[in-house]
Amino acid sequence: MMPLENVPAWAAVPAAILVLAGASLALIGSVGLLRLRSFYERVHAPTLGTSMGMACVLLASMIVFSALQVRPVLHELLIAVFMLVTTPVTLMLLARASLYRDRAEGNDEVPQVAASQKEAEVVEERAESGMR
Amino acid sequence: MTTTLLAGALLLAQMLLGIAMGCAVFRMLRGPRAQDRVVGLDTLYVNGMLMLLIFGIRTGSTLYFEAALVIALLGFVGTAALAKFLMRGEVIE
Amino acid sequence: MRRLLPYPLLWVALLLLWVLLNESLSPGTILLGIVLAFVGCWCLALLKPARARVRRPAVALRLLGMVLADIYRSSIAVALIILSPKRKDRRSGFLSIPLELRDPYGLAVLACILTAAPGTAWVEFDSAKGTLLLHILDLVDEATWVDTVKNRYERPLMEIFQ
Repeated sequence: MMPLENVPAWAAVPAAILVLAGASLALIGSVGLLRLRSFYERVHAPTLGTSMGMACVLLASMIVFSALQVRPVLHELLIAVFMLVTTPVTLMLLARASLYRDRAEGNDEVPQVAASQKEAEVVEERAESGMR
Repeated sequence: MTTTLLAGALLLAQMLLGIAMGCAVFRMLRGPRAQDRVVGLDTLYVNGMLMLLIFGIRTGSTLYFEAALVIALLGFVGTAALAKFLMRGEVIE
Repeated sequence: MRRLLPYPLLWVALLLLWVLLNESLSPGTILLGIVLAFVGCWCLALLKPARARVRRPAVALRLLGMVLADIYRSSIAVALIILSPKRKDRRSGFLSIPLELRDPYGLAVLACILTAAPGTAWVEFDSAKGTLLLHILDLVDEATWVDTVKNRYERPLMEIFQ
């Protein structure tokens, strides 16, 4: 562990706290994945690690690398922006896919398609079959 | 003194993330339905990415950072494709 | 000018991305970054996306600050929910909210905000009727949540995008 010895104290202490906070948040999120009961509740758990947890670890990494290389390292901002944009997209897609599957199987615990939307779909289908 | 503090914190954080990855793997293997498994996979790769970042801090090399970026990219594409697959039954329509 | 450089903001973002990835400010990096930024902008112009009008940067900055504070607060709330030993007295469920926001970019930003904050997840949006289906982990009071989404997030987004 050579490079760690060169980290000054002003950077080491906040970095240590941030790294621990980030890792604990990610762990709590993963434990939530085990403890929560239904799929829709479990979807909430990973966001804990991907938003706050990731932000803490990336901040710590920025602090340590800035202290080691003297000039500020903004590299980590890329990962932060990328994760912030993509996690909602994946979780949203998963929630929609799950809702679709639950509706197709007729499970009771999910809200069903509203009546007017169903009619619209039927009309659309008719229009499509009429086109063919 | 502060060096040992930082090294200890990094080691502890890696252990916590290792347990977190174990939880995600458990949900992935167990998960009653397919979407639960995909959420487990999603959490697994995010935790793995954080683990790599902490490795990067420990060794002071930026190589781990590139690996973390690649994991984030591929994980996103993989989860999106799997979600699409669950919805329609095929990836490419 | 418009033909040569259709999206100035995207051009700057792509160049910045390339410089950040390479972590150097050498002329070669910047030259290659400029070329890549031009190619990226032209590729996007071929796809012809709908133009987004972003107004009121002050409101956008305030919204960003508010969202970061909310993520921080709801992270702690969700962590406490997961760690609390009692399981019975918490109720989670679906909530449908009528929205007035119609701009697709505004809706995309709203979806990102709601899903990035732990405790709320965007499930479905019915674009014909404009109703949004949310899943909320700690559904104590439905009226408060409707009020939060409509006043805290939707109003500034409508100011920014419409």
